[in-house]
Formats: sequence, C-alpha cells, structure tokens
Amino acid sequence: MERAISKPKPYKKFLIFGILSVTLYYLLITHQELVKEFCSKGKYYAFFPIITAFIFSFVHGNFTDAFWSVLGVEPKKKRREVK
Amino acid sequence: MVEGVLNSNFIDINLLNALYLIFVGFVGGLVSGFIGSGGAFILTPSMMSLGVPGLVAVASNMCHKFPKALVGAIKRAKFGQVDLKLGLIMGASAEAGVMFGAQIQEYIKKTWGNAGSSLYVSLAFVVILSIVGTYVLWDAFKSKNQEIPSGEFEKPDNKIIRFIHSIRIPGTMVYFPSIGKEISVLLTIPLGFATGMLAATIAVGGFIGVPSMIYILGAPALKASATELVIAFVMGAGGSFKYAWSGFVDVRLSMLILLGSLFGVQLGAIGTTYVKDYMIKFVMGTIMLIVLVSRGLMIPVYLHQLDVWFHLTPEVIKWLKILSFAINFTALLTGCLIVLGALIKGIRKEKAYLRKEALYMAEERKF
Repeated sequence: MERAISKPKPYKKFLIFGILSVTLYYLLITHQELVKEFCSKGKYYAFFPIITAFIFSFVHGNFTDAFWSVLGVEPKKKRREVK
Repeated sequence: MVEGVLNSNFIDINLLNALYLIFVGFVGGLVSGFIGSGGAFILTPSMMSLGVPGLVAVASNMCHKFPKALVGAIKRAKFGQVDLKLGLIMGASAEAGVMFGAQIQEYIKKTWGNAGSSLYVSLAFVVILSIVGTYVLWDAFKSKNQEIPSGEFEKPDNKIIRFIHSIRIPGTMVYFPSIGKEISVLLTIPLGFATGMLAATIAVGGFIGVPSMIYILGAPALKASATELVIAFVMGAGGSFKYAWSGFVDVRLSMLILLGSLFGVQLGAIGTTYVKDYMIKFVMGTIMLIVLVSRGLMIPVYLHQLDVWFHLTPEVIKWLKILSFAINFTALLTGCLIVLGALIKGIRKEKAYLRKEALYMAEERKF
C-alpha cells in the first residue's frame, strides 16, 4: 500500500507535453487569419481541422493526464471492502 | 456578452472570448467525462451566446469532441466500463444518422441563414432537454432511494427492457457484455440512427444514446455513459469531416474549448470512480433543465430575427440575451460544483481509508 501511495509522478511527461501544448496553442492564436481561411475553404481542406484536432488532442491530452497525476488526483483503486 | 461579427460564420476571438471558451470547455469536459454524454449540451449554447451561428457552433463542437471522446473512452476502458462491441455497432448506425442530420442542418442554413440555423438548434435543445432532463432527474431520485451495494453496477429493469430482451431475430443476435444478454442488432439501429441525427443537430448524441442504452437496452448507467464515448468518437469523426468539407468548422473555437475540456474530461472520468450511479443521473438531469430555460429564452429572439411572429424591441432582445447567457452560466457553475464536490468528497474518503489501512498494516507488522 505504501508503494501505491508513493508511485512516481510523471514529471517528464508533464514537462515535455506541457511545452509542446503551449507551443501549439501559441501558433494557433498567432496565426488566426490563416487558420480561419483554411477552415472556411472546405472540400479537401477539411483534413486541416480534423488533423489539427487529433494533434492537439494527443499532445494536450497527454499533458492534462500528467497534470492531474502530478497534482495527485488519481482514480479510486478497485478493492474489496475492508472495514 | 460579446457580439459576433455579423455576416460571417467565424467570429473574432479576443482574450476575453478565448478565456470564456476555455472555462466553458473545462466545465463541459468535466461534465462530459462524468456523465459520458458530451457536455456538448453546455458547449453548443455557450458558443452560440458568443454570437457563433448554430451550425458553426455544432460543427466546431463536434470537431473538438471526437478526439476527446477517444481519450475518455480509452481512460474509462481501463476502469472496465466500456462495452466496445455495443459502442461500435451503435456507432455504425449513428454515423448514418449524422450524415442525414448534417444534410438537414446545411439545408436550413442555406435557406433561412444564421437565425434559422440557431432557431432550429435551440428548438431541438428545448424539446430534447425537457423530455430527457425530466425523466433522468425523476429516475435519479428513484434510484437514490434504492441503495445499491458499493462496487456493484446497477442493473436497470423495466417492461421495455424485458420486451427488448425477449425479441429473438435469428442471425442478428449479438451478446453484449455490458447488458449480459443477447440483443438483436436490428433493434440497436434506430437507437444509433437517432443518436447520430441528434448529434448532427445539437452536437449531443448522448441525450439519446445514453438513456436508450440504459432504459431500452438495459445497460448499467456507468457502462452506458462510458460506451457512449465510443459512439461519440465514431460519429463525431464522420460528422466533423462532413461539416469541415462544407467549411463550417472553426477549429480555433474547437481547440480553445478542447484546451479547458481535456483538463475537465480527465477529472470528470476520475470522478466517476468515486460516486454512485444515481449521482451521475442527478447531475445530468439538473444541468439539462437549466440549459433548457436558457435556450428557450432565445427562441423569441431568433423568431424576431427571421421576421416571423415575434416583434421585439431592442431593449427586450438585449435583456433576453443577457438572461439566457446568465442562466447558461448558472448551468455551467452548477455542473462544475456538483462534480467537483463529489470528487473532493470521494478523494477525502479514499485518503482517510488508505491512512487507516496503512496504520492497520503497521500495527499488524509490530505483532
């Protein structure tokens, strides 16, 4: 049980994906006009928002996952009831 | 409230808008991870309250939702809550529903413009939320009084479920682990199709998907809400592509919502491991009814913009918009507080238990 409590926290994952996530959002915000143009074109440009969504989800998803673990918010462990 | 740019599908995003979208995303994600059916029913109206046309709000919402649904599904599969077979089978018919629903949306937008599109989306919200919200809330109170032993999944049971389970169509029967029974695939098709069609209309298929899996197919609420994430991914990917093909996805909106949402969805999914089944239903029903009022208030405004029936003064329009926005915001806060409250309570209880157990083990080692 002590081992479960002191499980190593994913600091490396948190840092790497954190930096990547910030970079992606920085690029998105600073290139708004280009993004708007690509989104409104339609047809084969449809791949742009879809691929963007996947990349952001992967990077930011990993970051947020590590974020809660680093903060120590974990799911309840499955166990038998012990009174 | 920030007004959107008129005559354009895509609004200007400033710092205030961006922060609001991130917050909205966080609450939407939190509720989403918690109840399974996308917190999109919070997100679509919230985006619309920024001036985003109904169709663009639905399309952008869907685009942020499907990769998030994948993240949520993987996470909840690890907790053993996902029925992949049921998710994929319902997802296939949901895909057809999405394509059909998207066609209707695009036709309305082309014929009646942004006000027509927003009116259609809002009307759909009001009808669906009043039916599903009331039933879910009533059911939540009912199940609260029938305490279920902790660690057990509630097995729903009613006349419809027993009837569905009794139908046997040779060659179409499939065993679904979450339900624990064989059900004909043909019976899941209308449910999946309706789920997809609703998803294309308001970006929340879960309103039909989750309750139909619980009250018609007989899947436990926790498993139904987790399985809905698989359906949301399958139909969301197809629907987003369809809308993006017509140039209706504003990926800036999608990604800003995703920013807050992924923080929320992970936390919400963790939250499900700490609470009882009825709590999920309670959260779902409460938020649904609050959002219903918010959307309902905007209907006269859209009717006025379309120049039918209602003719309102600018002052009345302004107040209706503010009131609708404020009520929507209340729904966000309510959802946020209920889920976070349940989570904090659960974590405290768990930590106290772990401390007690560690102490007990230390005592045992002494002897």
